[in-house]
Amino acid sequence: MRNSWWKILAIVCLTYVIIGGFLMPAVDDLGILGKTIRNLHFHVPMWFCMLVLLTVSYIYGIKYLSKGNAAHDSMASSFVKVAMLFGLMGLATGSVWARFTWGVWWIEDPKLNGAAIGMLIYTAYYILRNSIEDEVKRGKLSSVFNLFAFPIFIVLILVYPKMAVELSNHPGTGDTMAFSEFRPTANDLRMVFYPAVVGWILLGVWIATLKYRITEIKRKNEEI
Amino acid sequence: MRKYSWIAMLFGLNIFAQTPTDDFFYSNNKIYVVVLVLVIIFIGIASYLFRLDRKITKLEKNNEA
Repeated sequence: MRNSWWKILAIVCLTYVIIGGFLMPAVDDLGILGKTIRNLHFHVPMWFCMLVLLTVSYIYGIKYLSKGNAAHDSMASSFVKVAMLFGLMGLATGSVWARFTWGVWWIEDPKLNGAAIGMLIYTAYYILRNSIEDEVKRGKLSSVFNLFAFPIFIVLILVYPKMAVELSNHPGTGDTMAFSEFRPTANDLRMVFYPAVVGWILLGVWIATLKYRITEIKRKNEEI
Repeated sequence: MRKYSWIAMLFGLNIFAQTPTDDFFYSNNKIYVVVLVLVIIFIGIASYLFRLDRKITKLEKNNEA
């Protein structure tokens, strides 16, 4: 197995997060949140992980365009696929959380709609790739698509919600408070939240590299 | 013996008829049972990932040879 120390770190972090997420101190009197504040350790890192995976994909997209190495294209596409998985899990967990705090599965909120549109943009990336047979053409077109998709995605989920004053329920957007502003509560949460972020990101990267390696094996077999 | 009764509980053996309320896994409204279940599931998924990783490494080596 390749470079396994960070894989073990991911498992250690996440085992701690699963146990600590339930048992470590966290406030349970934040209004409608109740004890669901603990979702912070699971729902939020899904998006962080997705962002990291998409960043890696973006970098490899640029690398492919400048060097034309097919392996870079496999890297970019594999990371997008696993990023989509984490994004879907982020949407699903967020929806459940919304149902039991705001009362509905989905609300008209810039953060939610931005994330949904962002997911659709990357769905288009997926469809674009699957519709082109020629390897070089597919690589070039999807890398260029990626080049535009990523900045738009960042604007949709990070910038646009911040500007949506009085439109958003989501914490940390527009004029709503982020969890980090609930002091000293935030420090209790950080004890679990930071390892959660590290653990989930590493797990996502791990799965994405597995996907990449399988894609590469397939591609090399096809060449022969 | 009672201290380790949760091991028996894990395998579904109800060898202690009365509920051992002083037991760790019965405290805090049995939340530790949920934690244990999640840890088991997660370790299962993690070990599957490790095995998958090893298999792919093997495949890569075979392909190079």
